[in-house]
Amino acid sequence: MHYPGEHLLPGQLGYFFVVLSLVASLVATFSYFKATTSKIQEDTVYWKRLARWSFIIESVSVFAIFGLLIYILTQHLFEYKYAWQHSSKTLEFKYIFASIWEGQEGSFLLWSFWHCILGLILIKTGKQWEAPVMTVVSFAQFCLGTMIIGIYIFNQKLGSNPFVLLRESGIFDNAPGMHVDFNLANPIRPDYLSLPQMKDGNDLNILLQNYWMVIHPPFLFLGFASTLIPFAFVVAGLWIKKSAESMKMVLPWALFASAALGVGIMMGAAWAYESLNFGGYWAWDPVENASLVPWLVLIAGIHTLLIYKHTGRSLKATLSFFIVAFWLIIYSTFLTRSGILGDTSVHAFTDLGMNLQLFLFMYLVIWLPGILFAKNKNQRNIGAIISVGILPILYLLNFAWLGMLALIAGVIYTIYQSSSSVPTIRSEENTSSREFWMFIGSLMFFLSAIIIIIQTSLPVFNKVFGKDVAPPEDPEFAYNSIQIFVAIIVAILTAVTQYLKYKDTGYRFFWKKILIPSILSLIIATAIVAFGQIDYVKKGPVFKASIWLALICSIYAIIANASYIWIGLKGKLKLAGGSVAHLGFGMVLLGILVSSSNKETLSNNVNGIPVPLANTENPAENLTLVQGLRTDMGKYWVTYEKDSSLSQKPKTFFKLKFDAKNGKENFTLQPNAFVNYKMEGLQANPDAKHFWDHDVFVYITSIPDPERKPDTSSFRSQWMKAGDTAFYSGGFMVLERFVTEDSVPNANFNPGDLATAGTFKVFSKNGTSYESTPLLLNRGGQNESYTDTVLSENLVLKINKAEGNRIEAGIKDSDFLMKYVTIKAYKFPFISLLWLGVIITVVGIIISMARRIALNRKDAA
Amino acid sequence: MKKIHIIMLVLIAGAIAFLVTFLKGASTYETVAQAKENPGKFVHVSVKLDKSKPVDYNAQKDPNYLSFQAIDSEDSLQSMKVVYRKGARHDLQLATKLVLKGKFKDGQFECNDIQTKCPSKYKDAGATEHPQNPIVN
Repeated sequence: MHYPGEHLLPGQLGYFFVVLSLVASLVATFSYFKATTSKIQEDTVYWKRLARWSFIIESVSVFAIFGLLIYILTQHLFEYKYAWQHSSKTLEFKYIFASIWEGQEGSFLLWSFWHCILGLILIKTGKQWEAPVMTVVSFAQFCLGTMIIGIYIFNQKLGSNPFVLLRESGIFDNAPGMHVDFNLANPIRPDYLSLPQMKDGNDLNILLQNYWMVIHPPFLFLGFASTLIPFAFVVAGLWIKKSAESMKMVLPWALFASAALGVGIMMGAAWAYESLNFGGYWAWDPVENASLVPWLVLIAGIHTLLIYKHTGRSLKATLSFFIVAFWLIIYSTFLTRSGILGDTSVHAFTDLGMNLQLFLFMYLVIWLPGILFAKNKNQRNIGAIISVGILPILYLLNFAWLGMLALIAGVIYTIYQSSSSVPTIRSEENTSSREFWMFIGSLMFFLSAIIIIIQTSLPVFNKVFGKDVAPPEDPEFAYNSIQIFVAIIVAILTAVTQYLKYKDTGYRFFWKKILIPSILSLIIATAIVAFGQIDYVKKGPVFKASIWLALICSIYAIIANASYIWIGLKGKLKLAGGSVAHLGFGMVLLGILVSSSNKETLSNNVNGIPVPLANTENPAENLTLVQGLRTDMGKYWVTYEKDSSLSQKPKTFFKLKFDAKNGKENFTLQPNAFVNYKMEGLQANPDAKHFWDHDVFVYITSIPDPERKPDTSSFRSQWMKAGDTAFYSGGFMVLERFVTEDSVPNANFNPGDLATAGTFKVFSKNGTSYESTPLLLNRGGQNESYTDTVLSENLVLKINKAEGNRIEAGIKDSDFLMKYVTIKAYKFPFISLLWLGVIITVVGIIISMARRIALNRKDAA
Repeated sequence: MKKIHIIMLVLIAGAIAFLVTFLKGASTYETVAQAKENPGKFVHVSVKLDKSKPVDYNAQKDPNYLSFQAIDSEDSLQSMKVVYRKGARHDLQLATKLVLKGKFKDGQFECNDIQTKCPSKYKDAGATEHPQNPIVN
């Protein structure tokens, strides 16, 4: 059948490149494998050339896929599901990339893209390492390639094709309007593209229309992709029995991976802080944890690798850490994309029906390396037989616990194979040596990672063991309560360890150098604890004491490392990468501790809007602001001045004016909200005012429903004499006086007609008072009430009847009259320390990396 | 045994001890009926919003108070009143399932946190509907 208006060429080309990239990566894997194992020089050269060309073709295909996706999105070809699902005609061009990686297919593609770039760099610089390392990289590319192939094998979906047409994607299966004669059994209407609902796409989720969505995923996936490279060198080193030599290559790549992944994670945190409504930058959400954990293990690996370089120790630990770091990347991919996290994450995951494939990906990267570098033929056969043998049993029985067991067996097998093929030093480390304490620090990082990943994996254990265990009452505290001790120990080690020498340190040497920084830190830390008003009592005295201790230790880490640049390294910044990174890390810790423990809710309900505080265990954090009314909010007066809408998007900006009561800070914040009560409800983007020592952060939690039903509240009546009081929800009112007259100017009164005017004084609970004067006319025996409204109090008053010395007042509290917004506002002190710390850490890592690359070059020359 | 091994064992023991306490403090998924039977116990309950009853929220009376009627997602005869004291929620109407975290107390469910499950995207959606797709990763 022909469907007019469709553009099929870009999709056909795109799918051609999808298939080409998959085939090319398979050829590259095989050829690099042959180039590594071949003993004959000519064969090696031949295979290597074939492999290179395959990898280059694969890379070009991936770039082409990207280009074609951008074409489809920018041309608004909504016959393609990807364009329809992730973009719209009004989507600004800068968000086209965001809509590519909004979908699973696009994010796999992004990951794959970085592998291509890194792979091309390795081809250029790898020399003797090119063939074995690129075998691993090409194989990873093959696995990622299957994620976007979109075919069915034995009823099992393999990958999801980004170029699938909307009419072939199954979306129309339950939409009769899209079928001939409105019958689902009939084929799709040939003219479906001319239907109004096909004129525009779904658009990118409004929450994701944000510049962070454009830049955060590329960095995060660069981090993911670069974690493969240390892993590939470790596997290659074990495979060709040159582990010792491979370590030299690993170090700069591991540093690069830690910087890229670290930046990616912290960009996510900055995004969460700046534009999502988690109420902060870190929520221990499974998605955050899943990328933090590999980073922690990577850092552990970098430190044990330094130990190895200087003392020859800890090689086994180093190999294991880099292998595990990459595994954790793949495991996190499984966690976040399989839909298994379900109820425990705020991120909504779509299950693409690829769980088996994701499991197989994990299974392969766990078992294959061990088989590849097994100690001897016998061990290799054991690994191969077990790993291949389990698969059919797993498929037939489909026991989740068996799958987990098979993965654990693979982990043990591969780690065992890696450890048993490298030598160990039997003698004991000196406790005054740098390596002893560095190893403990690495171990802390590793254990911290293991604890976090086990806590995060709760839904996986539920699935495996058929249990129904839910996270504890305060899930964040479950993480914080243990990680605070990790922070304390790591901070002390960070401060002290650099002052120790490898192998052995003289005590006098150590004390002489560390004395001044220690005393300095103690003074500053004491001052901060004493005057910093850090009083986090919510979780009891032990936790408060731990926070103080951690605070002191992180200050120690900052000062000791800053001092070391001069005391230990004589100010030579080129050598000081480690110290700079540690200094930044100390600032990150301090920033986290101060900003979270001293986080202040500004929008506490302090004004007159009545809150039954007795019933509320949680602090009441929402505050309603009525337009034009200056409202008391703790240290500030806040006024909701006006709102403005963008013409293009259904987004409203609310202008809130903040005046500090001490007169020092006056600023305006404009948080925005997108309201669509039929679909997404309310989606709000906060606004923040940054001061050097704190941030004020505000977001909208509720606004009046624009489509709300008309006001249905009715008047209640009450007889009042002059001086009587009546109550309403926002306060009370006094009837000061009323007068009845028989003539009113311009009212065309007839004899016998009367007018009664009442004067009410209204006292609102926030201390403001108003005057209101409703009017009652009696013409020819008929009562006509003229209401008066106190706009800012939502109060409508009228007089129903007048009799002698009393009147019957009608009082109506309406919630329909005025414009208001409900907000939450927080103050985060010293949040800038956190961001500055991140930048300094990354600068430190880059300095180290540059030095290691230079050293390697010198070695090679 | 080397000193470093002793320290390793101590740290690992500490980690295991912590994980055990974590599991002991862990909560459970319960039904509405079970939550009612165990007042004061912190539980996770999977429910649906009772759309026949109004959601009670008035930003001008109390911007922190939200209350609605919830039906057990498995047993439609079991329902309870839910009180949430952290302000407005605009995703209740849309969600196919709500996971409530809190305690049953004095005839109502005092809820600390509500996790919403959005409808499975695109599987059955006709082209006339425009569901959103909040995948970040």
